[in-house]
Amino acid sequence: MKTRYLLAIESSCDETAAAVIAIAEDGAFALRSSLVASQVDIHARYGGVVPEIASRTHLEVALPLIQDALREAQIQRQDLAAIAVTRGPGLIGALLVGLQIAKAIAFAWKLPLIGVNHLAGHLEAVFLEDRTPTFPFLALLVSGGHTTLYRVDEHGQYKHLGATRDDAAGEAFDKAAKMLGLGYPGGVQIDRLAQQGDPSRFPFPRSMMRQDQGLDFSFSGLKTACRNTLEKLALPLEPSILSDFCASYQEAIVDALWQKTALALQLQSLSSVVVTGGVAANSRLRSLFQNQCQKYGYSLFLPSRRFCTDNAAMIAAAAVPPFLQARFDDLSLNATGKLPLDPSALPRGPRRPPRSTQNT
Amino acid sequence: MSETRSDSIWTCSPSETASVGEALGRLLQGGEVLALIGDLGAGKTCFVQGLASGLEIPEEAYVRSPTFSLIEQYEGRLPVYHLDLYRISDVDELESIGWRDCLDGEAVVAVEWADRLEGYLPADYIAIRLLSKSPEQREIQIAIHGRCPVWWEAWIDLL
Repeated sequence: MKTRYLLAIESSCDETAAAVIAIAEDGAFALRSSLVASQVDIHARYGGVVPEIASRTHLEVALPLIQDALREAQIQRQDLAAIAVTRGPGLIGALLVGLQIAKAIAFAWKLPLIGVNHLAGHLEAVFLEDRTPTFPFLALLVSGGHTTLYRVDEHGQYKHLGATRDDAAGEAFDKAAKMLGLGYPGGVQIDRLAQQGDPSRFPFPRSMMRQDQGLDFSFSGLKTACRNTLEKLALPLEPSILSDFCASYQEAIVDALWQKTALALQLQSLSSVVVTGGVAANSRLRSLFQNQCQKYGYSLFLPSRRFCTDNAAMIAAAAVPPFLQARFDDLSLNATGKLPLDPSALPRGPRRPPRSTQNT
Repeated sequence: MSETRSDSIWTCSPSETASVGEALGRLLQGGEVLALIGDLGAGKTCFVQGLASGLEIPEEAYVRSPTFSLIEQYEGRLPVYHLDLYRISDVDELESIGWRDCLDGEAVVAVEWADRLEGYLPADYIAIRLLSKSPEQREIQIAIHGRCPVWWEAWIDLL
């Protein structure tokens, strides 16, 4: 049986990544290399992702990274059968670096090109694992920019069920970390400090929890509660109070994520759930979802941490179905900052803010 | 760029803050630049969500914090750009997300964390400051910089 190799490039945000997978004739695939040039140190100084810096750094590291990915996979460029690249959504300057490199390689090495939606990559990342879900399943995609529930009926078929109405869960972590004077990325710092903390010490709100409010999330009220709570405390917080604060805040986010996930499983009559995206690397999220799924008899699929945060292996995995069906893009492929997975999505519940009784 | 006209409103909940945004949204004529200034959790995004309602942006548009995406574009009865400069650290970065293209004279431009734009705002803009007076209460200060919009009198009459 002839093995075909696919190279994937990811550069939608602050990570440049390259990966190689081997695809067998029957469509089964195995990861051969997956490299991420972490730019976290550069961004830490700015308290967040800085787009122009991201583009420049992508440009510096992308080519050596691709060479390393091929070397680690122990293949030559002649062995490649296709190249896949993230085409959106993301920061346009960052996306364009990866896309232009992929197009140049496709042209020069005469390879078919496959443009991949970054979010589809996150949802397909679970297929890089040995244990994979069967269709249909529920997917919670939770990251710095996204907090969205999808029903996945088939590779590439994602139905939008609900999403955050204001801040993403990862953003809620980052902004609280900023208020607490912790470093970037905030979720990692809060996760670490929360390990020793008491999650019941500070009563943070869980918003949008009424069933009639559907499957949308809201984290901006929690952010405000974080600030209001901090204003009543003596700063800087004592280590034990800081730990309790982080644990309580984290619990509010993770609990809200679980409550909506449980509701979606119930409403959609699904028994399997995949949690993916950068926030899925949070250790409390992983333990709470494991406990709850065990308790209620759901099958939980948590891709390993390296496939949850941005990486190129997931882009390669998402490119396998179009590769097998020879659905390729031509060199006019463009990057798109906004690229919804399910353009037909109509959110549930009321969208307009409630009007005050005092009509203006 | 002297402040010529200003106004101040107190609100007692996020929905009231959104209502003020909605009332303003109904009056806008296009081309206005709204510079939103306020701390984390002051209600900037909430105000813009109300503004979007007043501009008849459809419900499915999911107007939300652009902190991560930096810029969002919506179509209501007027085109709307919603920017967030929280993660922007210099003007070059601002240019790279297409700031100049937003100032086309037709779109409403709502900029969160606009205090990071100091010196780069156009001559005519509307500063909207959200100040936390208590956990629930906000003072919303609206100040016209440069040319006075035609709807200003109507706005004052509303209150």
